[in-house]
Amino acid sequence: FPGLADVSISQDIPVEGEITVPVGSHSPDEDCSTLDEPVKDTIMRDLKAVGKKFVHVMYPRKSSALLRDWDLWGPLVLCVSLALMLQGGSADSKDDGGPQFAEVFVIIWFGAVVITLNSKLLGGTISFFQSLCVLGYCVLPLTVAMLVCRLVLLAGAGTVSFIIRLIVVGAMFGWSTLASTAFLADSQPPNRKALVVYPIFLFYFVISWMILTFTPQ
Amino acid sequence: IACLVMYFFAEFDDAANLLAANPDATTISIDEPVEIPKNQQNRLQEPGREEDDELLGTDDSDKTELLAGQKKSAPFWTFEYYQTFFDVDTYQVLDRIKGSVFPVPGKNFVRLYIRSNPDLYGPFWICATLVFTIAVSGNLSNFFIHLGKPTYHYVPEFRKVSIAATTIYAYAWLVPLALWGFLMWRNSKVMNIVSYSFLEIVCVYGYSLFVYIPTAILWIIPQKVVRWVLVVFSLCLSGSVLVMTFWPAVRDDNRRIAVATVGTILLLHALLAVGCLAYFFDAPELDFPAPIIPAHNGTTVITKSH
Repeated sequence: FPGLADVSISQDIPVEGEITVPVGSHSPDEDCSTLDEPVKDTIMRDLKAVGKKFVHVMYPRKSSALLRDWDLWGPLVLCVSLALMLQGGSADSKDDGGPQFAEVFVIIWFGAVVITLNSKLLGGTISFFQSLCVLGYCVLPLTVAMLVCRLVLLAGAGTVSFIIRLIVVGAMFGWSTLASTAFLADSQPPNRKALVVYPIFLFYFVISWMILTFTPQ
Repeated sequence: IACLVMYFFAEFDDAANLLAANPDATTISIDEPVEIPKNQQNRLQEPGREEDDELLGTDDSDKTELLAGQKKSAPFWTFEYYQTFFDVDTYQVLDRIKGSVFPVPGKNFVRLYIRSNPDLYGPFWICATLVFTIAVSGNLSNFFIHLGKPTYHYVPEFRKVSIAATTIYAYAWLVPLALWGFLMWRNSKVMNIVSYSFLEIVCVYGYSLFVYIPTAILWIIPQKVVRWVLVVFSLCLSGSVLVMTFWPAVRDDNRRIAVATVGTILLLHALLAVGCLAYFFDAPELDFPAPIIPAHNGTTVITKSH
């Protein structure tokens, strides 16, 4: 740069200023005192977080709370309760009955892991556990459907009850798929969205099928 | 260069189209190292690199190995290595599925659609869908067949899902493995013009199973004739995809071996279809409203079709 050839730095320019290190005015005193707080507070905090996520699932909006603070408590509770409610189905032989507890567990967790891997392999930007969290929490509508089905089956097992169950399970299946798609689809590259949404559809379809075909003794 | 061009020209049915579209393309490819373009498809107006890759990559087996090695350069313990197997867009997957359901006579599925970009998304999820479709359809069909019988009590038959999963995934992965091993062995004895990588064979098998999905749904119809017509029809469609893929790979070999190979491929495919039909779907009975018709002497209003 020709214009700067004759610029020389004077040796006696005073250097002034302030160097201050901002002191964290509110040092997080929670770190120190979560050990001291009563157990009830600790548990209630986690329960509130789980409950808030349940609400987010039932009314899916574009909130990032579900994604940011992931936890797997909710999915575990949902999975265990769904698997427990699917027990007690009738079977002449063990081979012909409904899914066993372990089978439901494996299907839900293994299915969620496979879908997460699939979306990551296709180039998604969501993290592994966030995706597991979303998929697990979105089983909530189907768990509600299972509860309703069991109640309806208490009243009778005829054609009317089947139609009611079909409608309820179908609606909850749609709700689950839409809720999880609302959370997960944004993190995918745009030309591969359908490739990521289809396995989620299949996953909830299989769970809905297990719920719909539950026949009590 | 001209000799190489003529060689490739002679080998490909659709080479004429591609060369007409881009006459300069082949010369460029031979001089420079070819990098595999990521999103290839059956489009003639794409720039020359894709055609070169198709001409070179799928014909010359050495180049196939080299180019395959160039593409999957990440070490196999990294995540990026496996991401290269999922490098497909929605329209590509849909095109590949369409190509497997409507096979064009004379066009090779691998050359036309896969073109050195084999993916594992299609085979894996088509197999998963097929597993659940067969299990659910079988269950539904049995329910409708036995509906109305006083002694019938519906069972979900969930154990059959794991059996279906084992069978279909074993077929979709072990048969390509065996076929690939066999083709490699024959390649060492007889120089074949066309050879496929393991992933391409898995890809063809996976996509060829797609036509069984609507077939399984239609198998709910409890008519024996309808079911067997469906078996034959779907076998023709998916079998033709397989035959048109693998015939060029074995036709230079000993005649008997070539025919035996293709015959075995078709036989295994047929066994899969017939086996699934027999195991998951109960035989429909000839007279439907059997309990309603008063039986004479209590004998056979229902005739079992075995």
